[in-house]
Amino acid sequence: MLGKGLLQGLAVTAKNLVGSFHDPARYTTQEYPEVKPTLPEAYRNFPFLVSESAEDPMGTLRCVACQICEKECPPQCIFIVMERDEKGKAMKRPKVFDIDTSVCMSCQICVEVCPFDAIKMDQVFEIATTDRFNALLLNREQLAKPNTYFQQIHPTEAAEVDARLAAERAAAEEKAKAAAAVKAAAIKAPPAPPPAKPSA
Amino acid sequence: MEALEVLRERLCARFSGIEVALIPNASPSGQSSLLLSGSGLREVAYFLRDDPALRLDQCSNVTGVDWPEREVVDTVKETQPGAPGEAPTIVERKIKRTEPGCLEVVYHLYSIALRQGPLVLRLRTGNRTDAVTVPSFTPVWRSCEFQEREVFDLFGVVFEGHPDLRRILMWDAFKDHPMRKDYVEPDDYEWEPTPHGDVLAKARKHYPVPMAPGATDDPATAGKISE
Amino acid sequence: MTNDLPVTGSQARVRKVKPSAFDLRGSSFPTSDGGGDLLEISLGPHHPSTHGVFRMDVVLDGETIVRLKPVFGYLHRNHEKLGEGTSYLGSMPYTDRLDYLNAMTNNWAYAIAVEKLAGVTVPERAEYVRVILAELTRLLNHSCLAGFLMQDCGCSGTPLMYAFREREKILDLFESLSGSRMMCNYQRFGGCRVDPTADWLEGARRLTDGYSAFLDEYEALLTGNEIIMARTQGVGRLPAALAVSAGVTGPMLRASGVAHDLRKVDGYGVYPRLNFRVPLGDHGDVYDRYMVRMLEMRESIGILQQALRDLPGGPILDPKAKQRGLRPKAGEAYGRIEGPKGEIGFYLISDGTGNPARYRVRAPSFVNLTILEDLCLGHTVADAVIILGSIDIVLGEVDR
Repeated sequence: MLGKGLLQGLAVTAKNLVGSFHDPARYTTQEYPEVKPTLPEAYRNFPFLVSESAEDPMGTLRCVACQICEKECPPQCIFIVMERDEKGKAMKRPKVFDIDTSVCMSCQICVEVCPFDAIKMDQVFEIATTDRFNALLLNREQLAKPNTYFQQIHPTEAAEVDARLAAERAAAEEKAKAAAAVKAAAIKAPPAPPPAKPSA
Repeated sequence: MEALEVLRERLCARFSGIEVALIPNASPSGQSSLLLSGSGLREVAYFLRDDPALRLDQCSNVTGVDWPEREVVDTVKETQPGAPGEAPTIVERKIKRTEPGCLEVVYHLYSIALRQGPLVLRLRTGNRTDAVTVPSFTPVWRSCEFQEREVFDLFGVVFEGHPDLRRILMWDAFKDHPMRKDYVEPDDYEWEPTPHGDVLAKARKHYPVPMAPGATDDPATAGKISE
Repeated sequence: MTNDLPVTGSQARVRKVKPSAFDLRGSSFPTSDGGGDLLEISLGPHHPSTHGVFRMDVVLDGETIVRLKPVFGYLHRNHEKLGEGTSYLGSMPYTDRLDYLNAMTNNWAYAIAVEKLAGVTVPERAEYVRVILAELTRLLNHSCLAGFLMQDCGCSGTPLMYAFREREKILDLFESLSGSRMMCNYQRFGGCRVDPTADWLEGARRLTDGYSAFLDEYEALLTGNEIIMARTQGVGRLPAALAVSAGVTGPMLRASGVAHDLRKVDGYGVYPRLNFRVPLGDHGDVYDRYMVRMLEMRESIGILQQALRDLPGGPILDPKAKQRGLRPKAGEAYGRIEGPKGEIGFYLISDGTGNPARYRVRAPSFVNLTILEDLCLGHTVADAVIILGSIDIVLGEVDR
């Protein structure tokens, strides 16, 4: 019959139209911003720096300013300056840690290459601003967030990181205790007799 | 597909005006290539396409490569006769020379009919300045049409025999060849107060740039906003 | 036309659909033969139907196209020079942005090229996961294409939105696996970045099982539609010999009857273990390209079901493979896969340092555009829009 394809197509659109009133699979519109989207745990958008405690974020940053993330970042949006004391010695803390979020493409390579679990991916996307240049360059105060926040947004990843860091700390403590015990035992024991001199 | 050495022998036997060199490939991919030079290369291409053992009917990829000139240090060992009664000494001399640069076009050929490939062909130009012409393979494989235009646009290689050789990715009035290693970007970008100090340096050459708050003329913090 | 290229027994021919009763091909459009002027118009670059910033300079004789020159480069970002200045790992997120609809397959093609260059092996579980993601990408790309092609025909968005509704489910899967819907940055040299969980695999299984029902409904809407048949059958015929010579690859080549699918020819990954057919077309017109893609989607569902069933355990990434600081030995490699749009390949020349000396992307859309003029000559502007839609270009890849 001529027009059979057209009628079949109209039946499909009618099914979708009627179905959209009662079947959630047919009507998939989420009315944002009244309905917030449920983001999966792995969702990533812009990095942040992890600090151990919320009370002293700048003092407990895990970052040691090794600058590996700065080198590996493909669009080069990270700028780090190491903090040095009066004698010029490196203090293993970043004095400046800027991320230019107008350049950052959230590729997550900085997170992958960081050896200290100091930088992780955030999930913020409602950060629009009217100041085009200054407000998009985030400094370390704006980037530092506590580990509790990290546990909230990425629970499984945070659990794994915490377990690994705790295990490393425990292993380091064990090693330090064993080294101290060996040193203490060497002091307590009587000195070994001097080796016999070979006869001339 | 027959081995590259066998193919090289066949080509040299069949075509008199050409030279075929085998360029080995040190990487684990094992894709060594044939470097063609001489005259009448398009006949070689027709042969590669129509020969019943090869039937390389698809030119999958045409790439341009810029090899800039580089300094090479050759170590030459010379034997000098020693004083009578002593053994001759071997003296090493280091000679510096400049290897001239060239532009190269690499073709990856496959056979859809016989399911074999790739055959990698290379053509090199004389130098990077005035002798930049190579024969075009567009009459042989139609897929070279746009890809050779791209090599012309981005590298400056002129393809003799191409039906419509003009720029493809850059606009027609553009002057330079962007993929060359010595390409210098035009520095008429608008200045933005980002910490990229080189953007600031380039912009300063053209117009007075407002200083960001808290910035100094210290090159270490040039362009930085936060302190 | 005859197809003198070998056809193995494992191909499915496109269903022969009766030509539509509204056959407009024979009627004569008004032409100005000899006496009139030629009209030159520019379609694009700002145009809703050109799939991005793409321009066609068209010279018309009345309604008929007598010359068509594609002009592009509006999205040229000199990706290849960026690749020379970035490390091998750093180029991976840039490959997402080439064919921005199909990030997973771009990543895989680049990973294969680097793995060939550096001699890295991939564990079996990672190969299966790569196949799963590549076939999911093929599903979403072909859904996109069917929707956009129908929009070019004038369906004003309804099939497009139905296709996008299904595509959203695949994008949600990608988001929960890699963190991002489209810019996945997921493949690594020697495997994949993240191991899919059992929950994710269950979600993929549910999606795959439900996709056939969607395809049935979608084809009921479109395939037998008389208007679509009238508009697309006989339009933009591509002869097989010209397709092979022009380097056309992907569903466009197969719609012209050439049995060339890299999953069968190269046999990369674990495709040799999976059982699937390669649909071929008879006429090479727009309708055949659409039908080949619909049939490929059904084959992809079969591949997905097999791969999800046979997925082994094991590591997802070769632990000995270096990602950061990879310095392959000096040499070169060309690695290619069958992407949803055609053969996507990467040609890398290494000089022993951490950055490639030459980084070249063989983009299928760029090479497929070679014959755009040949296909459009003699047709009208409306047909040119549909032909461009059936080539399935994405400007990120064409311009790089």
